[in-house]
Amino acid sequence: MNIFTSIFNYLFSAIPLGMTFLYGSTGEILTEKAGHLNLGIPGIMCVGAAGGCASIQLLINAGITNPVLIVVVGILCAFLSGALMGLIYSVLAVTFHANQNVTGLALTTFGVGVMKFTMTKLLPVKYLNALPYFRFPFNSSQTSLKYCGVMVFLGIAVAIATSYVLFRTRVGLHLRAVGENPATADAVGINVSLYKYMATCIGSGISGLGGLFYIMDYAGSREAYLSIEALGWLAIALVIFALWKPHVSIFGSAIFGALFVAGSFIPSLIPIAMLQKMEATPLLKMLPYVVTVIVLVVTSIRDKKENQPPASLGVPYFREER
Amino acid sequence: MAKKDNTARIHEPLFHIAKRDALPLGKTVLIRASAILISLVVCAIVCFVLIKINPLELYSTMFEGVFGTSRRIWKFLKDSAVLLCFALAVTPAFKMKFWNIGAEGQVLVSCLASVACMYYLKDSVDTWLLLIIMFVASVLAGAAWALLPAICKAQWNTNETLFTLMMNYVATNLVAFFLIKWTPDGSSSLGSLPYGHLPQVLNEYLLLIIVVALLTVGMYIYLKYSKQGYEISVVGESQKTASYIGISVKKVIVRTMLVSGAICGLAGFLIVSALDHSVTTESAGGQGFTAIMVSWLGKFNPFIMIITSFLMIFLQQGADRISTEFNISNAFPSIVTGIILFFIIGCEFFINYKIIFRQKEVK
Repeated sequence: MNIFTSIFNYLFSAIPLGMTFLYGSTGEILTEKAGHLNLGIPGIMCVGAAGGCASIQLLINAGITNPVLIVVVGILCAFLSGALMGLIYSVLAVTFHANQNVTGLALTTFGVGVMKFTMTKLLPVKYLNALPYFRFPFNSSQTSLKYCGVMVFLGIAVAIATSYVLFRTRVGLHLRAVGENPATADAVGINVSLYKYMATCIGSGISGLGGLFYIMDYAGSREAYLSIEALGWLAIALVIFALWKPHVSIFGSAIFGALFVAGSFIPSLIPIAMLQKMEATPLLKMLPYVVTVIVLVVTSIRDKKENQPPASLGVPYFREER
Repeated sequence: MAKKDNTARIHEPLFHIAKRDALPLGKTVLIRASAILISLVVCAIVCFVLIKINPLELYSTMFEGVFGTSRRIWKFLKDSAVLLCFALAVTPAFKMKFWNIGAEGQVLVSCLASVACMYYLKDSVDTWLLLIIMFVASVLAGAAWALLPAICKAQWNTNETLFTLMMNYVATNLVAFFLIKWTPDGSSSLGSLPYGHLPQVLNEYLLLIIVVALLTVGMYIYLKYSKQGYEISVVGESQKTASYIGISVKKVIVRTMLVSGAICGLAGFLIVSALDHSVTTESAGGQGFTAIMVSWLGKFNPFIMIITSFLMIFLQQGADRISTEFNISNAFPSIVTGIILFFIIGCEFFINYKIIFRQKEVK
């Protein structure tokens, strides 16, 4: 294989894989901007995948073959299943003032269980029939280009739209106010709970799409669902890496994707003896996390206002508390 | 405008929420017990709908799966002890409102450190000396893994939740790296190493359980009666108050995380020397996350945490039993655990807050 084909294949398996993180991190950014650290993202991505695949199988069982309908319904159902998980989180963490870390972790436990249960009931031969529809327009490509399906473009669009809403509209301004200082936001008449609910549910819905994308486009195999949870944690890391900005997250996701698949490509690209061995793979996989930690520490040292986590991240808001 | 109308006519909402004074113990127990009861009913309904099993049969299988044979009871006690040890490790940090969710990683690196001692020293030293070296190495490794986020938090107020979370995955990959290095055949599984085993008391589990029991009492005394424990709770309540009365917040944060990491190190040492005699990326088995819930549900009180860790392990093992007995997906335990957790988390609200309904207007 010549070197250019390898580089091409490498890039086009890295960027689409990054989309899984991009969906997750865009959703998590939205939630965190409302002041909620949702550690349930891995579980939510799992449930999104399960919901999407289940709906696709139902459609195929019903004899529907219209590709557009299958893709749209699949995406919609993944979004709704994710949003439903977000609703559970919101009820507990917003209305009931529960501890966010504990709620999120419980949600992950629950979500992973729900997905594994659903996926063992589904038939991969059925729902994977829809694989070419999701990989449109490059579904017949023999190279890694085939991963660039509709949901890759949707993911980038969603990230840009989220950035626009967050930083350029009044709704976004209100949302950020809620995340920075809910008491002040409340005082100027912003409905804090409503914003928190909406941000969490829509954010969770977007994250849910990440799971569906991974199964129905990137991996396209019957065991794909087993690795979604691990990818979900990386999505939370990407939020920090992108400094809470979805448009930065697009590039961050490509870098994370590149580091994640590096283990299987680098040996063929760089003829360095140390990297040729299997040993290097875990070290390369460690890189996204190490880089994230460095970004986290550096931003906190530089202490620039616009690069910080939302000020009241992780703190429940109760109006009558002083 | 509609807004003006609202301010002109004072409108009292149907109900509002107020913080409660401390409830009597009996009432809090009652609320928690009823939450667990309701969650069991919900789980029963879910089980019946999803897998068509009679709920009573389900719960009796669960009970039988945990307490059916003496071997199962020992396993139950052992798993609870390990989980409790993790939970004890994170508790001082949590009490300080330092969200250390990195117990998983801290335990993993200390397991790795222990196994590294076993792997390199082999039988060149006596077993008792090897055990001491392993113990020191584990505790240092766990403490070091916890120290890094603590220093950054103290110095630059770096978000510790995210930092410790990332450190978990760094630890996992570090273990994966050494496993590949140590297994030339490429199997990545080290197998049980024959060096540095802790002596057995009665059976392989009892010594571990005794150590954790002692640790529980020690932690209770440390948090409740020592000066350092007092400093931890003041820093947790308000950092401003703490610095006002002359407590060095930075010092307390770093010191407490060192304690937290060192106990994780002890947990890692126990897992390696008493149980596994080996290390895998799954050595901590996700219990680092469960421990967070154990500690939080136990209100950071080591003795209540005994009960909550029993509860969690009961749920896990019972549900495991169900999935083998009824031949259903092994994912079922997590669904049941998840549902029950939601209810327990939710019921805290009714303990801390009260709902006051609108009074009839008095003219």
